[in-house]
Amino acid sequence: MGRHTCLFDLHVALGARLIDFGGWDMPVAYGSQIEEHHAVRRSAGVFDVSHMGIADLRGPRSRELLRALLANDVARLNMPGKALYSCMLNDRGAVIDDLIVYYLEDDYFRVVVNAGTRETDLAWIRAQAEGYELKLLERRDLAMLAIQGPQARERSAALLTAEAAWAVLELQPFFGAQIGEWFVARTGYTGEDGFEIMLPTSEAVSVWQRLNAAGVHSCGLGARDTLRLEAGLNLYGNDMNQDTNPLESGLAWTVAFDPPERNFVGRAALEAIRARGVERKLVGLVLDERAVLRSHQRVLVPGVGEGEVTSGTYSPTLERSIGLARVPVATGTSVQVELRGRVLPARVVPLPFVRHGKALISLV
Amino acid sequence: MSNIPLELKYTRSHEWVKQLPEGITEVGISDHAQHALGDLVFVELPEVGRALGAGETCAVVESVKAASDVYAPLAGTVVAVNDQLRHTPELINREPYGGGWLLRLRPVAGGAESGLMSASQYGALVAQG
Repeated sequence: MGRHTCLFDLHVALGARLIDFGGWDMPVAYGSQIEEHHAVRRSAGVFDVSHMGIADLRGPRSRELLRALLANDVARLNMPGKALYSCMLNDRGAVIDDLIVYYLEDDYFRVVVNAGTRETDLAWIRAQAEGYELKLLERRDLAMLAIQGPQARERSAALLTAEAAWAVLELQPFFGAQIGEWFVARTGYTGEDGFEIMLPTSEAVSVWQRLNAAGVHSCGLGARDTLRLEAGLNLYGNDMNQDTNPLESGLAWTVAFDPPERNFVGRAALEAIRARGVERKLVGLVLDERAVLRSHQRVLVPGVGEGEVTSGTYSPTLERSIGLARVPVATGTSVQVELRGRVLPARVVPLPFVRHGKALISLV
Repeated sequence: MSNIPLELKYTRSHEWVKQLPEGITEVGISDHAQHALGDLVFVELPEVGRALGAGETCAVVESVKAASDVYAPLAGTVVAVNDQLRHTPELINREPYGGGWLLRLRPVAGGAESGLMSASQYGALVAQG
């Protein structure tokens, strides 16, 4: 039996089908995963993401540590509440995890990490923080709900007092604010607008039920996966891991090489890789045939080489299969994929596939 | 709990078999199977007229989550396939024993149903997980 979030009993009562996710028993879907997906694209859905790790870093040298720890530069966080997406790298320049860091106060930052890596992440951060005289506190007292979709913000704000509602509706994208005991951030993993709310575990069940009553659909991790893939967002463990670096994972934009004197963990290795030339890239694939891309399928690039599908699924919005694949850098606009004993053509397309409910690729 | 109609026969691989008039047999996948697969998105069906051996792969059902082979519960010739599934595979999720049927077979002469399970036997199998 896996670990349970504080919403587990509610998931079961709502009829969720459960799966193991990073050692946690989590809802994959409550009914139709495709209906849950469409609810987020068209109105609003709520996801339990309490299995993710929330940790607070406190101390005057917090920013200094994070500038050494993360590949993106928290110096970019110049206003309290601002969030930054970053990879945390090892000495080889490969990805230990991807995370979001919030700048709350000059001596107070919050990081949110993946469920499957939270223990190794926290151990790594503690090791790197040695000598900085910081306090790192995991916030197991908090649950986290992701409320996503074009109507997510309004329906969430309706649960709040007028004053608090005004404050959260004023939040700019990628900003968060402490509202009483809640931390509300305008972030997400679906390609839609919405909030991620960190709140005391004791409140999570009633908030979920009030969201349901306000017309926000319960959504499982199945829909979360199809939504994030349509949005062209990487999943740690699938699309990058401890053997791949951000430059070959579509994440070069998250690595701050400037200023050159900032010496973050993995920088030397990444610079050596850049000097040698990055050999692979992560691309979006669309399959126009009636089959589904799945991770680890072989990608053939005639005259160039081979690659591998890192994530694949059926896109409910596009009504065909999409995926991410790591392929040689010289790969052009078409490849072939080996699946279930067949070799099928796939198109290489720019990411994302879908943004704010709209298809961004041509559908033939 | 999954729905297991008493009048049908079942296989260990989660197909169901229904007796139709004139010796024709209808085949689909069980409610338990569709629930485990999740939303079906593609279905591959055999050619009408194809002769199938018992246990032979006769169709593929693919969900958002995974692709799964469907095996012929008994030997016979395919006399019809459910063409509606090509555009509405979700019929399998909605009506696994009705509109979500996959194919119809004319069993070979003497092609016994000996390997098939009763509803209670299948219910016990599903309960074991």
